[in-house]
Amino acid sequence: MSIQILMPALSPTMEEGTLAKWLVKEGQSVKAGDVIAEIETDKATMEVEAVDEGVVSRILIPEGSEGVKVNTPIAELDGEGGAEAPAPKAGAEAPKPAPEPEAPKAAEPVPVPAPAAAVAASPTPDSEIPNGTKFQDQTVREALRDAMAEEMRRDADVFLMGEEVGQYQGAYKISQGLLDEFGAQRVIDTPITEMGFAGLGVGASFAGLKPIVEFMTWNFAMQAIDQIVNSAAKTLYMAGGQMGSPIVFRGPNGAAARVAAQHSQNYAAWYAHVPGLKVVAPYFAADAKGLLKAAIRDPNPVIFLENEICYGKTFPVPVMDDFVLPIGKARVVKPGKDITLVSFSITMGLIIDAAAELAKEGIDAEIIDLRSLRPLDTATVIASVKKTNRLVVVEEGWPICSISSELAAQVQGDAFDYLDAPVMRVTGKDVPMPYAANLEKLALPNLADVIAAAKAALYR
Amino acid sequence: MAKKSATAATADRLLQFYRDMLLIRRFEERAGQLYGMGLIGGFCHLYIGQEAVVVGMQAAIGPGDQVITAYRDHGHMLAAGMEPNGVMAELTGRSGGYSKGKGGSMHMFSREKNFYGGHGIVGAQVPLGTGLAFANKYRGNKHVSLTYFGDGAANQGQVYESFNMAAVWKLPVVYVIENNQYAMGTAITRSTSETHLHKRGVSFNIPGEEVDGMDVEAVHAAGQKAVAWCREGNGPYILEMKTYRYRGHSMSDPAKYRTKEEVQEMREKHDPIEGLRARLLKLGGVDEAALKQIDKEIKDIVAISAEFAQTSPEPDPKELWTEVYA
Repeated sequence: MSIQILMPALSPTMEEGTLAKWLVKEGQSVKAGDVIAEIETDKATMEVEAVDEGVVSRILIPEGSEGVKVNTPIAELDGEGGAEAPAPKAGAEAPKPAPEPEAPKAAEPVPVPAPAAAVAASPTPDSEIPNGTKFQDQTVREALRDAMAEEMRRDADVFLMGEEVGQYQGAYKISQGLLDEFGAQRVIDTPITEMGFAGLGVGASFAGLKPIVEFMTWNFAMQAIDQIVNSAAKTLYMAGGQMGSPIVFRGPNGAAARVAAQHSQNYAAWYAHVPGLKVVAPYFAADAKGLLKAAIRDPNPVIFLENEICYGKTFPVPVMDDFVLPIGKARVVKPGKDITLVSFSITMGLIIDAAAELAKEGIDAEIIDLRSLRPLDTATVIASVKKTNRLVVVEEGWPICSISSELAAQVQGDAFDYLDAPVMRVTGKDVPMPYAANLEKLALPNLADVIAAAKAALYR
Repeated sequence: MAKKSATAATADRLLQFYRDMLLIRRFEERAGQLYGMGLIGGFCHLYIGQEAVVVGMQAAIGPGDQVITAYRDHGHMLAAGMEPNGVMAELTGRSGGYSKGKGGSMHMFSREKNFYGGHGIVGAQVPLGTGLAFANKYRGNKHVSLTYFGDGAANQGQVYESFNMAAVWKLPVVYVIENNQYAMGTAITRSTSETHLHKRGVSFNIPGEEVDGMDVEAVHAAGQKAVAWCREGNGPYILEMKTYRYRGHSMSDPAKYRTKEEVQEMREKHDPIEGLRARLLKLGGVDEAALKQIDKEIKDIVAISAEFAQTSPEPDPKELWTEVYA
């Protein structure tokens, strides 16, 4: 009886990976627990063990293949004992892989989802990027790492600390290679002690160092929020300007995948509430790089909200010696005349896709990426609303006292007479994040919600 | 000859201790008075009774060493060399205050004097002071951070997070625990399982010792030893100062949690200033008249600061919006 061995997922958010190496040949016998292959993503390498006993009858995906989708059959095993052979564990419940078992060519580039690619490839040029600049494709993860490495080369006072940032190379591999380049003096593995190392970082910044404090996720930073708000954000004011806190707190924010309520919270509105903090939440890799470099140079405490699901997304990044973007400026990603769609971070993907869908019905949507949440660039949003007269704000976080409620308030104040419809909001549902796959999906904003909100604002 | 000059140096130092402690005492008394007159608002935590701790420790550090503490902080600022005028004017919320009136009693800083606050959240200054020590080690500059906290803060978790990091990374920080026996109105015996707080470093391998915090010479000697330990790269050190505050936790203290007799006993038998005064007279070299002269000078300094704190203008309304961002 033939058993299929499927491409496994290394993490809840992995969609595809590289089949780096086969450690068995066709015709070879294996037992459960034998290592049969190595697979890689841009953040980790893992050994694949056989779950069943048998003989490898066919290798379906050659080693070196990139972009192998999770759950694609990668080999077949002739199980021993015929009917007694247990059903393949993963295969039994796994959804059928949509694209076909044809092995991808090793050299083929990873395809980017179509609508996003269309916008990403030809976005409205960022005014900060000179004409004629070359671009290279990079993941958000690489862009963040390059930003830190460039700033650490430039300024010896910049250092990185956090849990697993050094020897482990980062829980999400953002700090990959930094320990090798900068040494343990500047890439510091901390104990699991969020309040302690957040406060220690703020103290070091009082003394003039420029710490980058990584939280493994922002969910864990609630243990440290007193140091962020009371010590980092308020000291400059309380000291009459004598001393402040030039520090960056960064890490993944918001829902990842299937990690449930305590690991899936979005803190954008929490930190955007606090005077004295700057808050940045990029989506595109170029913005991640240019804004992280700006955050490190900023003399104020900056909250840098990343997104785990976006770490592996690939976008063009300008090839420049020193690419720094201003904090506090939104970007019109695509101009349009009928309706304004505004978002930030991961839900940018939703409004880009929604704009593509709306375009099929002849609706020309303007897409705005806020990028920064404090200062919040309301001027760019209001200018857009004065043109389109309709606004949909999309965010992943909870709806009450949110970024979208703030924007709705500001727009009704400054562009009341220009609105042809109420400001529409699409947000995460007002519940803790559930674990079950179907409920989690319901809790998060989705494409249909965004399209429906846009049509409601257009009375269509 | 050598012996005589050493004695003279000791006498000079003791006289300076006397002067420094007296300045804090008189300053705090005047602050209490201004509070009663409604000129100082909010919370006001007086340091009266604890003066020997900060004066002895400050004399044990050198240029570039840093100081950070919580909200009972006026004494630390004066000991660090900050101007009484600027401190008192901050208490009254005037533009001449160290924070231009925007920080108040609990939040004052002086970059110039290496005084890093003045923090209002119990225990939060401990990771911050550990971070100052981290910066010293990062820069290899041999400076030491004096991080003060009380017996109340000693039960905050972040104190132990800090102890752990300071010990693992051998950071040059002296943790000065000012054990004045009461966390607000809660006696240490009612709140704390191990009341010998210098033992709190045992599980982190941080050496600690108990010091008579009412004796400025004992504080100074212990401080010198601890600071040298840190400066030599041995990591953190804990000094538990057994001390006592005569006044309430803040100005609105009901004083129901301890007896008048207990306070009276401390004032009469253990007062750090009276104790040093008696010792100075016994040692000779100064007489009553000389000490009276010092008393008068201190009174004048404090009177001038009180005057300044009342005449310095309130901050300009525009100051509301400044220094939110650098």
